[in-house]
Amino acid sequence: MLSKGKTVKLSHVGRSAAVLAIGALALTACGSDNPTGSAGGGSGEQSGVSGTLTGIGASSQQAAMTAWQNGFQSANSGATVQYSPDGSGAGRKAFLAGGANFAGSDAYLTEDEVSQAKQQCGDAGAMDLPVYVSPISVAFNLPGVKSLNLDAPTIAKIFKGEIKKWNADEIKKQNPDADLPDTAVTVVHRSDDSGTTENFTDYLSKAAPQDWTEEPAQAWPTKYAAENNKGTSGVVSTTSSTEGAVTYADSSAVGDLGTAAIKVGEKYVAHSADAAAKAVEVSKQVEGRGEHDMAIDIDRATTEAGAYPLVLISYHVVCSTYDSQETADLVKSFEKYVVSEDGQKAAADSAGSAPLSQSLRDEAKAAVESISAKG
Amino acid sequence: MSTSTQTSQPGPGVSPVRRSKLTRGQRPRWLVPVVGVVAVVAGAALAALVGFGIALWALFAAVIFLVVGPLAVGLIEGSRAGKDSLMTFLVYTAFVLAVIPLVSVIWTVLVNGVPGLTGNMLWTSMNGVTGLQDNTAGSSGEVVGGAYHAIVGTVSITFWATVMSVPVGLLTAIYLVEYSQGGWLGKAITFFVDVMTGIPSIVAGLFAAALFGMIFGPSTRTGFVAAVALTVLMIPTVVKNTEEMLRIVPNELREASYALGVRKWRTILKVVIPTAISGIASGVTLAIARVIGETAPLLVTAGFATAINWNSFSGWMTTLPTFIYYQIMNPTSPTNPDPSLQRAWAAALILIIIVMLLNLVARLIARAFAPKTAGR
Amino acid sequence: MSTTLSARKPGTSSSAGGRAGDAVFSGLSLAAGILIFAVLAAVALFLLLQALPTFTAPAAEITGGAGFFSYIGPLVVGTLIASVIALLIATPVGILVALYISHYAPARISTPVGYVIDLLAAIPSVIYGAWGATVLAPALVPLYTWLSEHAGFIPFFTGPASQTGKTMLTAGIVLAIMILPIITSMSREIFSQTPKLHEEAALALGATRWEMIRVSVLPFARPGIVSSIMLALGRALGETMAVALVLSSGPMIASLVKSGNQTIAAEIALNFPEAYGLRLSELIAAGLVLFLITLVVNMIARAIIARYKEFSGAN
Repeated sequence: MLSKGKTVKLSHVGRSAAVLAIGALALTACGSDNPTGSAGGGSGEQSGVSGTLTGIGASSQQAAMTAWQNGFQSANSGATVQYSPDGSGAGRKAFLAGGANFAGSDAYLTEDEVSQAKQQCGDAGAMDLPVYVSPISVAFNLPGVKSLNLDAPTIAKIFKGEIKKWNADEIKKQNPDADLPDTAVTVVHRSDDSGTTENFTDYLSKAAPQDWTEEPAQAWPTKYAAENNKGTSGVVSTTSSTEGAVTYADSSAVGDLGTAAIKVGEKYVAHSADAAAKAVEVSKQVEGRGEHDMAIDIDRATTEAGAYPLVLISYHVVCSTYDSQETADLVKSFEKYVVSEDGQKAAADSAGSAPLSQSLRDEAKAAVESISAKG
Repeated sequence: MSTSTQTSQPGPGVSPVRRSKLTRGQRPRWLVPVVGVVAVVAGAALAALVGFGIALWALFAAVIFLVVGPLAVGLIEGSRAGKDSLMTFLVYTAFVLAVIPLVSVIWTVLVNGVPGLTGNMLWTSMNGVTGLQDNTAGSSGEVVGGAYHAIVGTVSITFWATVMSVPVGLLTAIYLVEYSQGGWLGKAITFFVDVMTGIPSIVAGLFAAALFGMIFGPSTRTGFVAAVALTVLMIPTVVKNTEEMLRIVPNELREASYALGVRKWRTILKVVIPTAISGIASGVTLAIARVIGETAPLLVTAGFATAINWNSFSGWMTTLPTFIYYQIMNPTSPTNPDPSLQRAWAAALILIIIVMLLNLVARLIARAFAPKTAGR
Repeated sequence: MSTTLSARKPGTSSSAGGRAGDAVFSGLSLAAGILIFAVLAAVALFLLLQALPTFTAPAAEITGGAGFFSYIGPLVVGTLIASVIALLIATPVGILVALYISHYAPARISTPVGYVIDLLAAIPSVIYGAWGATVLAPALVPLYTWLSEHAGFIPFFTGPASQTGKTMLTAGIVLAIMILPIITSMSREIFSQTPKLHEEAALALGATRWEMIRVSVLPFARPGIVSSIMLALGRALGETMAVALVLSSGPMIASLVKSGNQTIAAEIALNFPEAYGLRLSELIAAGLVLFLITLVVNMIARAIIARYKEFSGAN
């Protein structure tokens, strides 16, 4: 009896195995790696490079990176670029340990890291290439109010929790025409460490040094802890669902929220790609680094008309020299594409970033050209 | 089950006023429904007093019902029956309480996931999909790109994790239950398996990444590294579940087998494991379920891929949870995140369906190997 | 009679004929046990080595500027609060639901319900997090407001209540929902393995259904229940994504209806991507502390199980 039962049941196993096998076959047969339906490999003839390039780093530039990967790979059918958005810190660490060919980072290498990079990249060291510029918006949820004029001290006071109502005098004075409600201000900040927070707090501490005394940091100061959420999409969704909420986020992601025009010199400047690019252009490069290193200290307190100094610059950190000619060529041709007009436009179209200015593109191109193989 | 033995069967057609001797001391049939109605009404009144919506009403009604019902039964039938009915009501209340949020979770996933469950989603990868396509998706309505590569990644990585952890976990449990005889090693292993359940999942990922980084060079990332990380997380669940299931196999069965001269290892294979197989299969499914939804360790071990990769030993992979995570956290197009959200919810639904299939298979296997009288 | 038999070691007497199979089998299972030991030792060693710089670094350089212990203290408290809330809710409900499936519901209902509960353990924590933040948290806001207004004298409910609902209590509830399937699924399996004879004996003596469960099912299942709770606690302690998405973190506070507090696992997950150098060591040291908490909790659980051991079915 037992054996009979067993054979009956074994056929169950057989059946389920068959179902699984068919399922697996179906999966194998139908999967497509070409979801966009573009004619793959058609333009691959002039490809001079092949191989796999590995990058690890900031998640801020991931949307742009997808566009670059796509553009580069469709022009060079033999080449693959993979990028893991683990975070800037993780990216720089992996790059310095030799685990990645390049790093994406929201901050340029520190002095310490510059000297560490010499072990991995040879005596010429590594260089920071600004590739992704994006304005950061001060975004708020006030029905009927799409734009507000705010100067840096007011923004600092709002985010410190000192301004508690939207119809406070400081805000009213700068926006005589706006219909400000008596809603409580709910500050929403990032709960995770991020480059956006660092750039935002850096802006506050340079443009409103009397009001914002905390050091700029990737983590929001615990002194001013308020409502928070993880990631850009998190703060934006919390802000969107809470009336009277205000946050800071990458301009491309703020959607329907109202945004602040910030005071630069005597004028108020709204966030835009051009204004952000202008702010980057008028900023100085960090002194005393490698010949082609393009680390930029953004001039947050600039008075240049039409510049929007609340921007985030994300870099690609690459070696000046690579072990093999093949890798060097691959990096060169990828980065050349990234800083080209085409590459910057592709990123702007799909990620909403601000394209680099002509002069910065030229400088970056010269830097990329200097990449070579060791020895 | 024991329903037939309940003492609270009211006699048919007995009026509450005149009762025969046999049915005296039994609650009338209308008692529980009436208490229910009273509880609902009184709950509404109380909630109206405090002035706060449906949730509070339900809460008051439930509390009143839980207090008055058993009290009434207890007064009529005695305290033992009262206690019994209290527990019965509690069990049902707990069930309803548990079902509400769980249904809400599933409902949320279904409502958001089903619209995204298209042919594209199932059979294509994200290779070459950029924000450009997502920005135009708003007008054409069709979302290109899907989770096929993530399904492949989830299946391969989970497969390797299961292949590694189930034998180790099963054998360890057998050692603990059948061989260690309460020795110090057995105790130590039990204890440390418990401790292993407390490893934060990200630490398991870091550990696997560091281990492979040491052997194969920094930042070695493949599906297999992720599988090792998941194995570390999965083993304790397998061991603990299996151990519990083996422990409740009656000793009489083992002794009967030994008495027939069957050797110990054959007894374990032919008697102990088949008796416990249903529980073990359910435990293994639970363990798979536990790791298949892991996000954090995969972020640091498997890399991030948009193209299909079947090879767990080379190249980066993406799994469904990381796919969901990145689609929510870093939408393909930041200016228009809706297509990404749609993909994320659909991927969550796919993940649940995969686990459902796994569960089904585990049950079939368990049924195939279990002896006919298994269970009770 | 069975007691006299089981007093002898069964394996030794019956394997006299051919030891090869036994030796291989017991060797294999011993090897598996030792392998687990090795893995755990490796993980512990890894944690210690990576965490070491934190303990030698000057106190001012640690996040918060006052040394590691004042950094980790609030996190430990937060972790415990979240886990305790989760266990307080999930344990009774989970066990009662398991009883419902094994002893109350008709078979027609209990099988599909058990099946669905198993599935729920598989929903990725990201989804629970997203659900908690978008569905549950807003739904709880009126309750929190009400609590802070009417029960504000209790430190747990001091207002003003959070307007987003993203508080410690919400995080605890989400965790409870996440670990409920673990407790239910394992307890159910054990409840249904209760020897039928025990149950029928109890019923034959005139016990009500609850008395039968109390005298035969629960004592039999107690160690298993504790095991399932420990597994669930392990998950609650180490849960990252759900807490990271649901909780609006902040400094340590007693109120459960205001945003604040943070758990170790969420702290690691939130800050790890951007961490390097000393910060990374800090986070790994935090992981080590979590590890130690589990160790202590397990010791306590072991002690509890040992007290009930005489009821176990296999001795």
